[in-house]
Amino acid sequence: MKLSLQDVVKRFGTHTVIDRVSLEFDGVHCLALIGPSGGGKSTLLRIVAGLEYPTSGAVVLNDKAIEYHDEALLRHRRSIGTVFQAFNLFPHMTALKNITLPLEKVHGRTPDEARDLAEGTLRRFQLLDHAHKRPAELSGGQRQRVAIARAIAIKPQVVLLDEPTSALDPEMTAEVLELIEELKREGRDLLLVTHEMGFARRLADRVALLANGRIEEIGPPEQIFGAPESAVTKGFLSRVLRY
Amino acid sequence: METWRDLVLAPGGARGDVSPPPVARVLNSLFAMLVLIGVVWISLTTLHLDWGGVWNFRVELFDGWLMTVGITAEALVLSTVVGFILALGQRSYVLPVRYLARFFVEVVRCIPLLALIYLFWYGFEGAFGIGNEYRIQSGILILTLFEGAYISEIFRAGIESVGKTQIESARAIGFTRTQTYRYVIIPQAFRQVLPPLVGQLVSLIKDSSLLSVIAIAEFTQSAQQASSINYDNLETYFALAVGYLVLTVPISLWSRWLERRFKYET
Repeated sequence: MKLSLQDVVKRFGTHTVIDRVSLEFDGVHCLALIGPSGGGKSTLLRIVAGLEYPTSGAVVLNDKAIEYHDEALLRHRRSIGTVFQAFNLFPHMTALKNITLPLEKVHGRTPDEARDLAEGTLRRFQLLDHAHKRPAELSGGQRQRVAIARAIAIKPQVVLLDEPTSALDPEMTAEVLELIEELKREGRDLLLVTHEMGFARRLADRVALLANGRIEEIGPPEQIFGAPESAVTKGFLSRVLRY
Repeated sequence: METWRDLVLAPGGARGDVSPPPVARVLNSLFAMLVLIGVVWISLTTLHLDWGGVWNFRVELFDGWLMTVGITAEALVLSTVVGFILALGQRSYVLPVRYLARFFVEVVRCIPLLALIYLFWYGFEGAFGIGNEYRIQSGILILTLFEGAYISEIFRAGIESVGKTQIESARAIGFTRTQTYRYVIIPQAFRQVLPPLVGQLVSLIKDSSLLSVIAIAEFTQSAQQASSINYDNLETYFALAVGYLVLTVPISLWSRWLERRFKYET
């Protein structure tokens, strides 16, 4: 994944959530955004996802500048997979239908192609037995795994995960993290907002710490977790890693 | 003591989750029987009811009843369409559309139906010279606009009940706005909306009785005419009530059943 942010600013009214964030990297497969709540991680992810307009600044993903107007954003969103914290799936459809619907209606696959693709993805994630269940009949972990299956079934250029395990208990968290790790091994590009420090450390090629709308520190995980330079990073890590 | 408290205070949560205690069930059926016996006894002994007058007007009454069914059925379809358009209108980004829809809904909901019927009827007559030949159509139109305003509020609540995260998911997938409505919002809103919409049908049937004031030959009007000739007022209006109950009770029960059925998981 090649990502470049230039002076990205996002304000909600008078409140500045992202304050002139710039970064540039190439060849990173997994970027983890960490930092205190309200630091701007999710907003930054949503700007890259094309779900939020930046107030100013530019975003270039894989050599393509994201144009922030409705039509272009629609195309952009169709080229990436986004997974939220919870309630990703449509509750009135089965797991299978949740995956086939966007394939058919957004990506122009025939119903047969869509079903093959969806079943293939579910099989790979050991979810095929649950294909005909509705979200309410699945556990929280299974739901998130189906949501991830839906995100990757469209063959996205990058998968964005916004705190995908924050609403789950530890056991379910583990099953979802395993799946994300598998995506990484497959060579998929991931952008991950997470509170799971151990996971970020093990999985990410690059970790960025956001606080108060700014990137306090960015670097390989060994640097961020092993020898942080910024005082904010040190403070944050000592707080979250204490227990 | 404990038993009495159990009988009066139902446990928390939706009723129907816990079955009532057996004592309550026995008391309930006993009570229902007593009421039934009481009503029959009073009507036989003190009221001296005579059903001959009603029987003589059975054809007129049945025609009126059919007219009510027809008017309600048409008004139901039309008011659902009007309600849907008004609900979308109330959510429109185009300010004149939004304000017009809101204004219409608020005004209609704040005027009694009887007043509206007169207002529209004499309004149509004055503006377009519409007279007798379009009496029934005018009645249906008035009912449609009135119920449409209420139905639009039901639809609006249904649309707004669909979670923000659902709409966010639809956006993230790359659905267009139309696709979001078609595949995400409407199917989910439908489950929320169906029980109250069916319940509104009961109101529609009852409200249609007011159309008798502009001389539409529906059920209430035919009962009024019958009673003005046979003078069996109580019997005729009793028949009228039963005629409405035959229509409304099954629908009301259906609405309750739908409510239980669609009470689900999000």
